[in-house]
Amino acid sequence: MVSTLDQIFVLLKHWIVGQLPAGLQSFAGVLLSVVCIIAVFPALFAISVLLERKGLGRMQNRLGPNRVGPYGILQPVADGIKSLTKEDIVPVGADSVVHFLAPVSMVAIVFMGYAVLPMGRNMTLVHMDAALLFYFAMGASTELSVFMAGWSSRNKYSLLGAMRAVAQMISYEVPLLLSSVGVVMATGSLSLDKIVDVQNQYTFGLPHWFIFTPWGFASFVLFAIAATAETNRSPFDLPEGESELVAGYFTEYSGFKFAEFFLAEYVGMLSVSGLGTTLFLGGWSAPFAFLQFVPSWIWFFSKVMLSICVMIWLRGTLPRLRQDQLMNFAWKFVIPFTLLNLVDVAVWHFMGEGWARWIVCSAIVVIAYVVMGRAGMRRKNIAPRTYRYAE
Amino acid sequence: MLGEGILKGLAETAKNFAGSFVSKERLTTVEYPEERLPLPEASRNFPFLVYDGQDWEKGLRCVACQICEKECPPKCIYIEKSKDKKPDFVGKPQIYPAKFDIDISVCMSCQICVEVCPFEAIKMNTEFELSTDDRFGGLLLNRQQLAKPNEYYRQIHPTEAAEVDARRAEEKAKAEAKAKADAEAKAKAAADAAAKAAAAPPKAAVQTEPKKEGGD
Amino acid sequence: MNPVFWILAVLTVIGALAAVTLKNTVHCALAVTVAFAGLALFYLQLDAQFAGFAQILIYIGAVAILVVFAILLTRGSETPRTGLFSRSWFAGMTIAAAVFAVLGWAVIQSAHVLPHESAAPAVDVNQIGNALLNRYVLPLEIIALLLTAALIGAVIVAMHEKGESK
Repeated sequence: MVSTLDQIFVLLKHWIVGQLPAGLQSFAGVLLSVVCIIAVFPALFAISVLLERKGLGRMQNRLGPNRVGPYGILQPVADGIKSLTKEDIVPVGADSVVHFLAPVSMVAIVFMGYAVLPMGRNMTLVHMDAALLFYFAMGASTELSVFMAGWSSRNKYSLLGAMRAVAQMISYEVPLLLSSVGVVMATGSLSLDKIVDVQNQYTFGLPHWFIFTPWGFASFVLFAIAATAETNRSPFDLPEGESELVAGYFTEYSGFKFAEFFLAEYVGMLSVSGLGTTLFLGGWSAPFAFLQFVPSWIWFFSKVMLSICVMIWLRGTLPRLRQDQLMNFAWKFVIPFTLLNLVDVAVWHFMGEGWARWIVCSAIVVIAYVVMGRAGMRRKNIAPRTYRYAE
Repeated sequence: MLGEGILKGLAETAKNFAGSFVSKERLTTVEYPEERLPLPEASRNFPFLVYDGQDWEKGLRCVACQICEKECPPKCIYIEKSKDKKPDFVGKPQIYPAKFDIDISVCMSCQICVEVCPFEAIKMNTEFELSTDDRFGGLLLNRQQLAKPNEYYRQIHPTEAAEVDARRAEEKAKAEAKAKADAEAKAKAAADAAAKAAAAPPKAAVQTEPKKEGGD
Repeated sequence: MNPVFWILAVLTVIGALAAVTLKNTVHCALAVTVAFAGLALFYLQLDAQFAGFAQILIYIGAVAILVVFAILLTRGSETPRTGLFSRSWFAGMTIAAAVFAVLGWAVIQSAHVLPHESAAPAVDVNQIGNALLNRYVLPLEIIALLLTAALIGAVIVAMHEKGESK
């Protein structure tokens, strides 16, 4: 019974596909899974938009939207109807083909990342050997859509926003990959299924999730920082800064195209949370050995929504980082730290099992953090500001 | 240590989030149409005409002196005088406005009309939910829409209304006292005249005798 | 020669042709991105997963953006004042045809030599990694040195510009 609930979607899919003639079966199977992903993740998008608005409101001592449905749960529906019925304005000087293609390509590419995420036991859409590389390839392609959006609007502010966004995304692409490389080193495979399988073991009831290792914890924090920067979320949301650049690279977009960008941003957030869950939080495995009766897909989606809640929490807390502070942070702190982390993973691996490696690796991570933190903070000259007046 | 500030900030936000469900001081939102914040006493929005008593036409304090119309900076008041007169609160017959229109889309709430009115007839209202879908006539308030009872005035501006009422009561008392004194004087004069008339013929009869006392 | 191959071939060739004939340089950059995507799909069709995804990650995710930045930061974003095609187009076409002929002859010749097995060897990423770090470690390190030199050079060039402008 428990395993039926766990595999219920897989069994449903097999049953539906079994009704069709044999020639169409593989195609129908893939089509069914794709349709499910396209249905489920926008629904999660609606839920996370609602969570964000209510959550941010509560953190800011106010209620979120609460007029549309009971406690405002129909607010995403109202937002969707609003964006669909707004007039679609394309500026006269804008490059209409590229202007149209930018949001479409962004949405399409962002959804591709879900093909390799293991959403439950046996619930991966495509089993690939180089799955993680595929995911990062898709992530890198979204940067071009951002640029297309900013350039085709023929608006200096959009272009500026797009340049900033692309620079930010490229800079944080490196720590994103490097922090995942630690996991790949520990597992020995790029396949996300194998990564989850390695984490699905239990000692004394506690799981082998990578976040519970010293290098895994550091990697997770760095991955979280890089992921927040990749999806242009606060505190790294200067490209879409509402107070600086109107709306940055999607200033000139109205109506449904704006909704598409919004959708792409949140679906990207869900996607990168899914990857973080798979790499560090054990994917679909349960937190304790005795909790394994709960279906695996429930664990996966709970962890993803928990990551979304943490991202919303960060958004409500931190002020926006300025562009040069952002880039400095990436190149001068995060990347050296990720490289050091790789050394840490190697030490962990070659020291073999036992308690010694915990102490050594934790010591490396903590000392590096403290030293680099102190060094980084000391270089700022926090002296009283001097003024030079025009004579 | 690096990151300490971020953790403290996260803790503060989490406290706000959790506290907003529990304590009223964390969640200070007033859900507008259901709950309203009380307006301060000196708040003002657009003018209204005060009337005493129950009947708005009879008790209307305005005597159509047109001072407010002339003093209004954007000229949003339009007054037409009546042909007949009616008595005011001291009993003196006064004309009244046959038409009194204020265009609240023009009115700038400067309160000059209130300051110059010698009859305490026009005061500032605090009502702000005046939006209408009639673009032209909906924001032109006529005499009946502007007339509100004195009890309403006492409700929205208690101290001002108390002061105005006290002053008017004093004036009324003075006027009544004056009227009484006048009436008494009149009665006395009438009585004197009657006494004089009664004393006149006997006076004429004793015409010679007063000649003796012509010195006084 | 399945239909997928023909579709991808048409896509790649159209992308490449558009990249050389379009007037707006940024459009050309986007068209060359389409050509890169076509190439990546070819690699995937040949079951070379690592090569295909690396092509997307590096060419579309980095090189295309580099090309676009270069266009924007120089004067390439203006539409060309003179015509698009140079006057010596005949010589250019001849040379291109000659190169194409040589490459085509080489490919067809080698197709006779290779065995006729259509099953591609299944190379997984593990084997690529092992090969890179065991057999090909010297070229790997040389390429890494080259890239480091390029990075340092870029930083120095940018720094010198800042120094001069001060």
